[in-house]
Amino acid sequence: MGMVENTIIKKSAEKGVLDINKIRKDFPVLNREVHGKKLVYLDNAATTQKPRAVIEALVDYYSNTNANVHRGLHTLAEEATSAFEETRSLTAGFIGAEEPAEIIYTRNATEAINLVAYSWGRKNIRKGDRIVLTEMEHHANLVPWIVLAKETGAELAYIPIDDNGCLDLDDLGNIITPNTKLVAFMQMSNVLGTINPAGEIIEKAHKRGAITLVDGAQSAPHMPVDVKSLDADFYAFSAHKMLGPTGVGFLYGKREILDRMEPFNTGGEMINEVRYDYADWNDLPHKFEAGTPNIADVIAFKPALEYLNNVGMDAVREHERELTEYALGKMLDLGFVKIFGPTDSAHRGGAISFIVDDIHSHDMATMLDTRGIAVRAGHHCAQPLMKRLGVSSTTRASFYIYNTREEIDEFIASLVEIRRYFSNV
Amino acid sequence: MSDMLDELYRDVIMDHYRNPRGKKKLDKSDIHSEGKNPSCGDELEMDLQIKDGIIEDVHVGCVGCAISVSSGSMLAEVIKGKSIDEVKKIAEVVKKMLKGEPIPDDIEIEMGDLDALEGVKKFPVRIKCALLSWTTLIDSIDTVADNKERAFSTTE
Repeated sequence: MGMVENTIIKKSAEKGVLDINKIRKDFPVLNREVHGKKLVYLDNAATTQKPRAVIEALVDYYSNTNANVHRGLHTLAEEATSAFEETRSLTAGFIGAEEPAEIIYTRNATEAINLVAYSWGRKNIRKGDRIVLTEMEHHANLVPWIVLAKETGAELAYIPIDDNGCLDLDDLGNIITPNTKLVAFMQMSNVLGTINPAGEIIEKAHKRGAITLVDGAQSAPHMPVDVKSLDADFYAFSAHKMLGPTGVGFLYGKREILDRMEPFNTGGEMINEVRYDYADWNDLPHKFEAGTPNIADVIAFKPALEYLNNVGMDAVREHERELTEYALGKMLDLGFVKIFGPTDSAHRGGAISFIVDDIHSHDMATMLDTRGIAVRAGHHCAQPLMKRLGVSSTTRASFYIYNTREEIDEFIASLVEIRRYFSNV
Repeated sequence: MSDMLDELYRDVIMDHYRNPRGKKKLDKSDIHSEGKNPSCGDELEMDLQIKDGIIEDVHVGCVGCAISVSSGSMLAEVIKGKSIDEVKKIAEVVKKMLKGEPIPDDIEIEMGDLDALEGVKKFPVRIKCALLSWTTLIDSIDTVADNKERAFSTTE
């Protein structure tokens, strides 16, 4: 599974930071048509497309290696195990973890958060303790804590958002009370695009002795992340939102915390010794990885990370910031688009939620689809936030490394045409 | 903009969407029910006044897209004054039509505006939008049969 040539950063920034034409050639799906129109894929916050190197890695694994990891003594098992662990090392490096053993493979970011809620939460959260979340959380970082609070009698408190869609941190000192045991928040909003000041929140939480969990599902794919400089205790993210296959997520945790936690799932692989009436646990990270893992998809995530490393996360961020600034400017110029979230590209990522007149997001998404433009419509797994924003749903366009200004122009022209069409039918 | 869209957003549908029938709340309700599509956030409330097995009046309040609102509006228009048995038949035909299933020959009903919903079947992801009000209706009627006071429905 050799790396495809994709060193891309362009020195002359005239046409943007990335050589998009070169990048686009690495993504087979971008060649397809939808309803006779060239696909414009703007649903990257839901999942990103996969470069050829990732697709080939999957085929290569099943064609040439396919074996169970960690247990076999034959050549295939050894190769599979080593590739499986190489991804872990690369992932650890990607987010700045101290060591690979601090990266736990899960099914997705949701499972990573559930792992913390069950293994850490049920041991450390008691009646009267407080869990601090934010008003903009995705259900993935909301429901596990609602369930935990109900079970333990802990209380939930929320960091509010202001009318701009940013966290209002003025009252943070009072929200993070001395009885706060956990502060869990998203680093980038999947609805508003807002980039939250993770370092500042973590520092305040630690001053109160609270543990922190960062939901990085939307941030790790789109900006440089360093869990050590953030000093995050837990960091959850997902492979499929960053060029990798579905079915693989990650939990980063500081070793001293992970070591003190009990397992989440139990069974094969995660044990040290089992007798008929006794079991104790394997070392990190295996303690948290019961059963045969998603070997092929983990292995195929490696070329995704290599791809992002080659492009460079600074360049990814800058490309998306430019695109977002371009798109926001054009959308605001139209005069009939209501945008949710900050409009300054310095404080947000490339997920743009919007409403056009009174056109429902489903109608908008269907009409965009007939023009080959893929967007997301609905509540984006953030029902409480929708209620806070006073809407039942929004349409969301979200960008990644392969999106172009031309695609945004096409999207903008479609908004104009759809509005005209819908007011006349 | 496209022929495909014209099949979905027919004049009749847009008329029901813009002026939904049955919007007015009833002063009394024999069955109150609520429907929801959790994945998209569409919400619907329905009140029925029933006397001697006949639906005397209906209120449908829907927060949703053009398809779910217009489907609910057509429902309100068509079921008023009909017997529960007739309404069940209509609901069955609408569901079959939306899913693209053959409609049994022995069922004869007055479809009226409902024919306009046929275009929805070409948009598989939108079928549940059109189904929301009908599923809620059937659940409500069944609720009465089960002697419950309130129904909650979903098309997912």
